[in-house]
Amino acid sequence: MTLTAFETAPLYTGADWDYDKVRRVYDAIEKVALGDMGLDCYTNQIEVITSEQMLDAYSSIGMPLFYKHWSFGKHFARDEAMYRKGQRGLAYEIVINSNPCISYIMEENTMTMQTLVIAHAAFGHNHFFKNNYLFQQWTDADGILDYLSFAKAYISQCEERYGHAMVERVLDAAHALMNHGVHRYPRRRGPDLRNEEKRARERLEHAEATFNDLWRTVPTKAGGASPLSDRDRRRTLLELPEENILYFLEKKAPRLQGWQREILRIVRHVAQYFYPQRQTKVMNEGCATYCHYRILSTLHERGALTDGAWMEAMHSHTNVVFQPEFDDRRYGGINPYALGFAMMQDIERIATQPTQEDRYWFPDLAGRGDAMGALRDAWANFRDESFILQYLSPALIRKFRMFHVADDARDPEMKVAAIHDERGYRAVRQALARQYDIAWAEADIQIVDVDLVGDRKLMLEHHVMNQILLEEEEARAVMQHLANLWGYEVVLDEVETPGATPLRRIIVAPRVVLGGA
Amino acid sequence: MFTIVDRRLNPSGKSLANRQRFLRRAKEQVMRAVRDASAKRGIRDIDMGGDIAISPDGIREPTLRRSSTGGQRDYVVPGNKEFMSGDKIKRPPQGGGSGRGNEGSEDGDGQDEFRFVLSREEFIDLFLEDLELPDLAKRKLAVTDAMDWHRAGYSVAGSPTNLNLVRTMRNSLARRMALHRPTGDEIKALRQEIDDLERTGRDRDRLEQARLALAEALKRTQRIPYIDPVDVRYNRFAATPRPAAQAVMFCLMDVSGSMTEHMKDLAKRFYMLLYLFLSRRYKHVDVVFIRHTHRAAEVDEETFFYSAETGGTVVSTALEEMARVIKERYPPGEWNIYGAQASDGDNALSDNTKTAQLMTDSILPDCQYYAYLEVGQEGMMPGLPYGGGPRETDLWRTYKQINAGGVLAMRRVTERKEIYPVFRELFAKDKAGQPAEVSA
Repeated sequence: MTLTAFETAPLYTGADWDYDKVRRVYDAIEKVALGDMGLDCYTNQIEVITSEQMLDAYSSIGMPLFYKHWSFGKHFARDEAMYRKGQRGLAYEIVINSNPCISYIMEENTMTMQTLVIAHAAFGHNHFFKNNYLFQQWTDADGILDYLSFAKAYISQCEERYGHAMVERVLDAAHALMNHGVHRYPRRRGPDLRNEEKRARERLEHAEATFNDLWRTVPTKAGGASPLSDRDRRRTLLELPEENILYFLEKKAPRLQGWQREILRIVRHVAQYFYPQRQTKVMNEGCATYCHYRILSTLHERGALTDGAWMEAMHSHTNVVFQPEFDDRRYGGINPYALGFAMMQDIERIATQPTQEDRYWFPDLAGRGDAMGALRDAWANFRDESFILQYLSPALIRKFRMFHVADDARDPEMKVAAIHDERGYRAVRQALARQYDIAWAEADIQIVDVDLVGDRKLMLEHHVMNQILLEEEEARAVMQHLANLWGYEVVLDEVETPGATPLRRIIVAPRVVLGGA
Repeated sequence: MFTIVDRRLNPSGKSLANRQRFLRRAKEQVMRAVRDASAKRGIRDIDMGGDIAISPDGIREPTLRRSSTGGQRDYVVPGNKEFMSGDKIKRPPQGGGSGRGNEGSEDGDGQDEFRFVLSREEFIDLFLEDLELPDLAKRKLAVTDAMDWHRAGYSVAGSPTNLNLVRTMRNSLARRMALHRPTGDEIKALRQEIDDLERTGRDRDRLEQARLALAEALKRTQRIPYIDPVDVRYNRFAATPRPAAQAVMFCLMDVSGSMTEHMKDLAKRFYMLLYLFLSRRYKHVDVVFIRHTHRAAEVDEETFFYSAETGGTVVSTALEEMARVIKERYPPGEWNIYGAQASDGDNALSDNTKTAQLMTDSILPDCQYYAYLEVGQEGMMPGLPYGGGPRETDLWRTYKQINAGGVLAMRRVTERKEIYPVFRELFAKDKAGQPAEVSA
């Protein structure tokens, strides 16, 4: 370190940025990121936008192109109102998990902010997107932009053909079920986004080429010839139970038309694309924050950043990783930046300067020396829940002074179940990890049966955990959407153990049948 | 290894389509909010955009969420100070307080209303939706800037972009044929022949002839151009003025002493709406402002809306002034004439007959539509049948007796919030053809 100190002149001075400076800074950052830290990134594409365009990007969940829907307009209207009033600032950057990896930087930012953003997004997030197993498994960075442009064109075609109102209804319903439109476990083959458009087109062409109106008139087999009274046989036939509700509707809903199924499919794919992001907030931000900190401090040590720029960067950095305590007015949950960054630094510390306690808790990691190797390994192979379960150290629990509160609605008071002491470390760690487990945070809802011989009633079950039922009003509204898509009555049972008497039953009949003639 | 792209010049407003969809979706609520807003605003910024708040009923996005109350929950929170394991803590009072985890408290959009900003354009569009001047019948060629351009044959002069290639080539072909300009093929054939003859060395006479013919042909090609300026034709466009409906709106306002501040405010609001509506929807509408006490005068917009004057009340003076202006500047044969009058209904007793006569004889026959707005004291019920409630005013009674055949419409307002509905009623698109005679 001492040898390399002051080896270079500052890359830039002053606050204004221009393309030359950005290029110089990018090259310097790249040298540190790829050389010193061994990151592995997609090719970068950095796009300069105005604050207005940043607001625009917000409204289509950060994607450069997206289909049209009123809900995005609603979010835009609210964001804009809050931004204009000064209640909320804009994000410094948006980064898109695509290949090439697109990061937006705002023209209003100073040169130091641009440096910070490039290090954070174009290298930190980028590395994470490319290497984390969830992203590798569930997203197709090469195809996403093509797929979105297909989705956008397809939906606007549908709007032209079937009218705005019809498309809007299908999208409303699909959005309501979006969180239940993901596969949680890999099937035979990961979704190959690039081929989807081709397949959709071919499917349509085939349907058009083999269209024969006569089929409509062919009498179907008389009902009841082979009554499917056996529940198991029926469930096997329908591949039930199924937790991906949108997938089930797309494949099995009796009354939907082809284009409606395709829209469900689009929404489902988008949900699947964002599924890894929802599970890796702490890690993703932690990785990016650690990267920008490490890169910028290296640049500063080598004299490539002036002291002023370094102070400015640290000012933003400390704001981002600030964690208010629970009794603070500003407290709004654990800050994923703060926790993520602290854990990354902690891993570095354990790998290089372990204490006796660390050696006991992390025998494999402690004193391993190669901090970057350990971090890259963690970034590649974990998600928030497993990452915390594996790496949250007692030292960090003490630093954050974390404690675990158990709240049982039947008791008059909450109970402190564990604190940051020898007896509590494991419990706190486990409880925190569970807080980030998407399977715990989200309701477990499955389609269990369809009354095929009767009135085609669709039956769902919510497996109630810890006696927490669904928000009833919202659940009814969602079930209404579901019933409209399914075309027949829908029943949602909330049960504690399969087969038990339901705690609550929600029955909804379709109001507007979306499919069918 | 990386590219940097400047997107700043990309067209902005990418989310405009989404915004329109959102406004369409929330239209009912937005309309209601816009109307409420118009009653609350000052006169000067009645047409501004701005903050509006709507109820989130039609724009909910439900999802299947686990309830935020009940059941067993676990939270891990930072910043422990004095707690030991096994301690009991009181539940924070309001559901999502500080002692809880990040569930529930984060996305607590617990507000009852959804706030956002409407631009001025959007505001006015919603505000003036479905309004129209009734019976805009007389259309006439006016001195307007609206021109229709259409093709009108060909000309020999014009700009290069309007060059008509087909015509030009046709002319040039005809001329070349008429003047016997040798074609390329003929020259080629001659050259070929000369070549052949030179190579074989036979028939020297023929060779000599061919050489002469070629020289002659080349000379002709030089002399007769392929395309001559006389061949060139351009597409010609001619402009015809577009017939436009000319309309004039007379705004008559009583500013006499009997009008209270409240009444004047109501009247001015009404005219504000009217003026806004006319200036936004119709390019060629003249507006004539006339205010009167016991005297009437044509005034400009600024004076009409913002300056004060008092005196007695003689309505016929205003009508006379209107008749005079019509006679001078707006011949009824060419202009669609509209009148809007706002008054508290007071009139000098002796003037009523004269007013009625003026209306029947000169004003109403010339008018397409005449709206009379009576502004009342705050708190008076506008919808009450006048037999039981306060007496009918002089002017109201006078106008009621006039049989106007649908040209005259009368309304009463006493409160700010009624202005907009009444205004809409008077100028609604579907009702505009047959305005009701009397509202009460």
